Parts: sequence; structure tokens; C-alpha cells
Amino acid sequence: MGGFLSETFLAALLFGAITAAIPLLLAGLGEQMSEKAGVLNIGIEGMMIAGAYAGFLGAYYSGSFWLGFATGAAAGILVAALMALLCVRLGLNQIVIGIALTLGLEGLTALLHHFQFSRSYPRLPAAQVTPIPLLAEIPVFGPALFRHHLIVYLAVAAVFAMIWVYRRTQLGLNLQAAGDKPAALDVAGIDVVRTRTAAVLFTGGMAGLGGAYLANVGAGLFIPFITNGAGFLGIVLAMLARGRPLWVLAGALIFGGCLSLTTAAQVAGINVPTDVIQMVPFLAVMAMLVLFGRRASLPAALGIPYERGAR
Amino acid sequence: MPGMQTTTKPPEMRQAIVTLDGVTKRFPGIIANDRVDLVIRAGEVHVLLGENGAGKSTLIGMLSGLQQPDEGRILIDGKAMPIRSPSHALSLGIGTVFQHNMLVPSLTVAENLALGGKWWQKPRLGELAARVDEIARPLGININLDAVVSDLSLGEQQQVEIVRALLRNSRLLILDEATSMLTPQGIAELGALMRRLVERGLAVVFITHKLGEAAEFGDRVSVLKLGRKVGEIGPDRLRSLEHDELVDEIVSKMFGRNAGDGAISIPDRPANDEALLAVRDLRVLPGKDTSGLEAISFMVGRGEILGVAGIDGNGQKQLAEALAGQRRTDGGSVTLAGRSLDGLDVGKRRELGLRYLTDDRLGEGTVGTFPVSINYFLKQIGEPPFWRSGIEHSREINTHARDLTRQFDVRTPSLSTPVGRLSGGNIQKVLIARELAEGARAVIFNKPTYGLDLANTQATRQRIRDVAGQGLAVLLISTDLEELLSMCHRIAVMSQGRLVGTIANGAGAGERVGRLMIGLAA
Repeated sequence: MGGFLSETFLAALLFGAITAAIPLLLAGLGEQMSEKAGVLNIGIEGMMIAGAYAGFLGAYYSGSFWLGFATGAAAGILVAALMALLCVRLGLNQIVIGIALTLGLEGLTALLHHFQFSRSYPRLPAAQVTPIPLLAEIPVFGPALFRHHLIVYLAVAAVFAMIWVYRRTQLGLNLQAAGDKPAALDVAGIDVVRTRTAAVLFTGGMAGLGGAYLANVGAGLFIPFITNGAGFLGIVLAMLARGRPLWVLAGALIFGGCLSLTTAAQVAGINVPTDVIQMVPFLAVMAMLVLFGRRASLPAALGIPYERGAR
Repeated sequence: MPGMQTTTKPPEMRQAIVTLDGVTKRFPGIIANDRVDLVIRAGEVHVLLGENGAGKSTLIGMLSGLQQPDEGRILIDGKAMPIRSPSHALSLGIGTVFQHNMLVPSLTVAENLALGGKWWQKPRLGELAARVDEIARPLGININLDAVVSDLSLGEQQQVEIVRALLRNSRLLILDEATSMLTPQGIAELGALMRRLVERGLAVVFITHKLGEAAEFGDRVSVLKLGRKVGEIGPDRLRSLEHDELVDEIVSKMFGRNAGDGAISIPDRPANDEALLAVRDLRVLPGKDTSGLEAISFMVGRGEILGVAGIDGNGQKQLAEALAGQRRTDGGSVTLAGRSLDGLDVGKRRELGLRYLTDDRLGEGTVGTFPVSINYFLKQIGEPPFWRSGIEHSREINTHARDLTRQFDVRTPSLSTPVGRLSGGNIQKVLIARELAEGARAVIFNKPTYGLDLANTQATRQRIRDVAGQGLAVLLISTDLEELLSMCHRIAVMSQGRLVGTIANGAGAGERVGRLMIGLAA
């Protein structure tokens, strides 16, 4: 078999990169929305795992991947509603609540899975792919990039939808004001708490969707702790991207590529210790933080609960 | 603005837009507004004049919907109408330009003006540009809609905020300390702008602590003092008075003493009048957001209390910190009992007897989470007898701490209670105990009674008098003129980083200091 430049390796790497990038992309886009509005959503890992489990159950019992995505997103939104209540409305510490939600839901989903399935891990059938006509016929790149589940294309479309929202809509202005100077939004007559709540709920929905994709499409099954830090990588992406959705996409693809190195190497028969390859994504995080992280300028009111009249 | 007629009616006939009827607002420990009555009429610039803490900001908070009155009513167009929120205030036609600007720095002017639209709508920037032009041009305002707000000067940002208020069809425009960050030219422009606005039938409420501006721009002046309205001068009277008479009248309303303002008791001074603390030509260059100091010279004798008056933020804190060694100076000299302190650090100055009580009791003065006992000795950490060879000697610390607690009447559940859990008054006592400890010769008090309740205020003032009575030199920085008048021998006035005059305390001193504070000759 060939080496790192073989067609098999390249195709496997690219396909794997996309598959691994989608959950990161969804989480990163979601997180970006919260951060834009001034909420540091550390609980996104918990929203993702909730989405993974609920999404798996939805797809497993109904047989429909779309219903799985719907239940996954709904579970993410449910967790996000709790976070919004505690951190946005009641003004509790966002970091503490976020960590609590993450740890709590990792445990809860593991427990529920154990009650439900004991030690068996039922699999879903392979997800149906929607090849894009013509593009999917390109050698090597076609199958790797343009033979994916429909949700993959929708996730990429979401990037552009978000750019439009940020640049062209009243909502985008409101979100940015909520993160940069919430008092200005308040005196302009817009409810800061509602704006931030909406952003957090959106984050929950995107994270839940990402979790459901990870379990149903990426792995085809649910195992406890399956998200394995994908939500946290989403936070890293959002921080690095500084409010620009395209950068989240770029970052997600880089991290996704790193994550898929292991599988791709095995498929291509390249013999590198897995442990070494598994370190690559984290080295990439550090490298990207060193390169771009220092210039990161975050919203001025990020992480600070808004209280009317407080100075 | 369509639908607005110019107002040529006699002043008392002008239509009341907003009426405050016996409005009271309390915060823990203080009454910010005490039964304030105010009528705001169309076609008038109504000046609210008062010192720090007079209750101006609270009044604005209630008019703009940020705060709710505890008692009394607000009437809009003669009907009682609680202002529930900022957006409600806007819909009632009350637009506010706050002292600290309310623009999003990362957005453009146009985007800031569009803020507040319904979220599902697209911001109509083109339509906005036309309306802004229609409003701004007759007022002589020229703003670049595409500029990012953080690139604009403060004066330009303020114009943007005024235009924003007009875009919302405000009938009442509130300008909170609008001139505090403007250049003299900017202030004149703002004055002309206010004039044009009232000519169009708007009501303007202009909040300031500068008397000159009040006299120049106002159609009606209401004076607030310690939360109460102590006087109102209507348009007729305002016009008939000569400038000097008007100033005298307002000064006596703002700074005149009322019965029961707190006893005056100035401690006797020992006959020996040597200058203990002498400062010559002290200079600190201005920082990025702090004012500097220029040519500060004064002397404080044994047993003397020298007050430093001035509107907050005119360099008082910088002066205190420069003397204490916490701030680098760029020239001048400080001597204590004949010994030069120049170039010495905080610890050395303290050792030589110069002590500083900060106004930032929790942030700078104490470590909130440390026990009371350690906070007494914060400035001696590592030194014997409390620490030996780097080891803390709890018994030694606790013995001394117990003495200090008794001596200074600190009310604490125990010596190990974190100091942050104590009340402001008791934290102040801990600080006083620490700074007056053995060897003190000159003490700088920075706003020592700020935020304290009445009993603790009285106790602190008595403590300061006692300190002077023991022959120490006291520099008392305060924004509360009553406080200075009640205990100082002399009062120096700071304005924009300079000492603009020193007044010997006595009959009429209040008015003279007041005049210096607001930029007039004494």
C-alpha cells in the first residue's frame, strides 16, 4: 500500500476530516453566537452529550436520522434553557454552571445508557448520503467531499447564514451590542436578557445537533462520553474565530483533519503508533492558540451577567 | 421634526411634559432623593445643579426607567405614569444621554442608531441616513454614519447620542453631566445646540455641577443638595438677576449651611506651629485616563487639619497616592518633619510616620478574605514581632489585634472573621487602627466617611479630630464640603490637578470654597 501521499490515504483523510469537522463546526458556530452576545457557554460539552444521547435514542427508536437530529437539537436546547435560566436570568457564574452542566450531563447520559442498554452498544445503520451531482464524480476529492449526509451541507450553509445574520440584520446588531455593551442595548429598548437567552438557546440547538451527528452519523452508536472534548474544541474555535463564522469553518476543518489522521493512516496501512497520532489535534490547538490566540479580542462584556442600573 | 411648534408662551404657561411629585428613592443607608418635586416644561432648558451625592444621577435613573421611586409619583402630560423600563421611557418620549456614553464601541454610528429595532427587521440604513440628515443638519450637527464609534471623539459621540434621542421623537432630552468630558469649545457648541432644541419645543434637562454653565444655558435652575431640592429659580427671575447676584444666590443655596447639618468642632491646635508635612511643586504627568498634578505646594503643621476640597476626579486621589509613595512623581519634593521623602517607597514613608488611608477600603486597603487580625498588620507582613524568620506568630498577632479591636471599637464576631464580611464602618476602623499604629506623624485621609452611615461618619470624624489633637498633621481629602467645614483649620481647593486656592475656615468659608470648586474666583 502507498504512503502518506497515496490516493487511499488522501480520500480517507478528507472524508474523515469532514465527518470529524461537522460536530466541531456546529459546536463552534453555536458557541460563537453565545459569546457574541456576552455569554461564555462552558456547558456546551454537556449540551453536546445530551444531544448525542437523545439524538441516538430518537434515531434508534424511530429509524429516522432526521428525527434523531430533531431530538438531539431539542435536548441541547433543553440543557441550554437551564443554563440561560441560571446564568442569564439569575446572573450566576457562567463558568461554574457550565462545568457543572458538562459534568452532570456526562454522568447522566452514561447512567441512562447503562439502564437502557446495559453493556450492549446497539448500532444504527449507515447514514444515507446525498451525493452532489457532478461534483461527486471528481476522482479522489469527489467521494471524499461531496458524498455526505445532507446535514453536512446544511452545516456549511449555516456558516453563510450566520455571516448574513451578523452583517445584515437587526438581530446581528442586537447580539453584538449585548456582548459589547449590554447597557447600550438596554437603553435602546431591547431586552438584554431575552437577547442573550435566545443566543444561548441557539447554542444549545447547534451543540445538540453536533452531538447527534457525532453519535448517529460519525460513530453510528452511542457510547458514554462519546463527545470526548468536542464541545471544548468548539469553545476554542469560537475564541480563535473572534466572531467570524468562516474562521470557525476553517478551524473545524483543520482540527477535523487532525482527528481523522488516525483512521486515515490505518486505512492506508501506514504504521504510526496511534498514541502519537491522537496527540496531533491537541498539538494543533496549542499551535493555533500561539499563532492566533494572542490577537483574540473578545466581547467586552463576555462572561459578565447584566444587571440594569449597575455600573 | 414634524409636528413641533416653537414655543412663545409665557414661561409658567408652557406645557409640563414630566412632573415629579414628592419622589423619594432610598438605597441601603442613604436617601438619594428625598421628596423631590420638579416640573419639566416644553421649550425650557431646565438645569439640575448639585454637588457629588446631591442625588442628580438617581433622579435621572428614575426618569429614564433604570430605577423606580420608592415613594411619590411621576406624571407624564399630567397623568400618573410609572416609567417601567428604559424602553418604556423611550416610548414616552424621554431620551437620555448618559454621563458614560451608551454607544457600542465596535459598531458604526449608523449601526448604533439602528440599535433597538425589532430583531426580525432589517436595519434600514438608507432610510436612516435620510432621517439623520433631516434632524442633524438644522441643528448644525455633522456626523459620519460609517465611522466606527470607538474612533470618534467624546464630543462627537455625544452628538450621536443626541441625534439618537431625536430619532426616537423624544420630547424630553436629558443630558447627564454632558459637559464633563468636553473641551470649552465643545461646551459652547452644546449650549448652542440646546438652545436650538428648546426653540423647537423640546424640553431639555441639563445636569451639571458647574455653576457657570447653569447660569449661561439654563432657562430654569433647580438646585439639589443631599437628595433634596433646596431651591428653584424660574425664567423671569433668572433673566432679571445680574450674573453676580445669580451666582451668589445659587452658591448660597448649594453650599450654605442649614440648621442641623452636623456640629462644627474644630480641634484646638498646639501653640507650636512647625510645619510637619511640606510639599513643594509636586508634579505628576497625566496618564492615559487619569489627570495629573501640577505645581502642588502646601504645608500642614502639627495638630492641623488641612482639608482638600474639589469635585471628585480633579486629582485628589493622585495627590494622596503621590504623597504615600504609591504613584511615581515627575518633580517636586515632599518633606516630613524636615526629612525628605523623595525617592522613598511606600514602606519607608510609612516607617517615617506618613500614613495613608485609602478611599478604596476593600480593593486597596484590605484583603477581604484575610482575617481581621492579619489585616491589622498587612503592611508589616514578614516583620518582627509578628513574623520571625518567615514564620507567622499567631499569638503575637492575636494579642495585638485584640488590643486594637478594643481600642478602636471594631465590631467583629471574631479576630478570624474575614474582613470583607464586616460593615464599611468597621472596615474603616480596621484601616484607621492600622495606619495610626505607633510612629504616625502625618495622616492622609481620602474620603474617610464616604459610604458610611451617620453613626460611623460621626465616629470617624471624631477620630480624625483626636488624631489632630494629639499633634499629628492631617490632610483630609473629601468631596463633602460640610465635612471639611465642620473640622478643618484651612481648606485647599483642587481643580484639574492644581490647588486653586486655600481658604482659612470661618464665617463665609463655605461660599468661598464653593466658588473655587466651580471655577470662580473666591
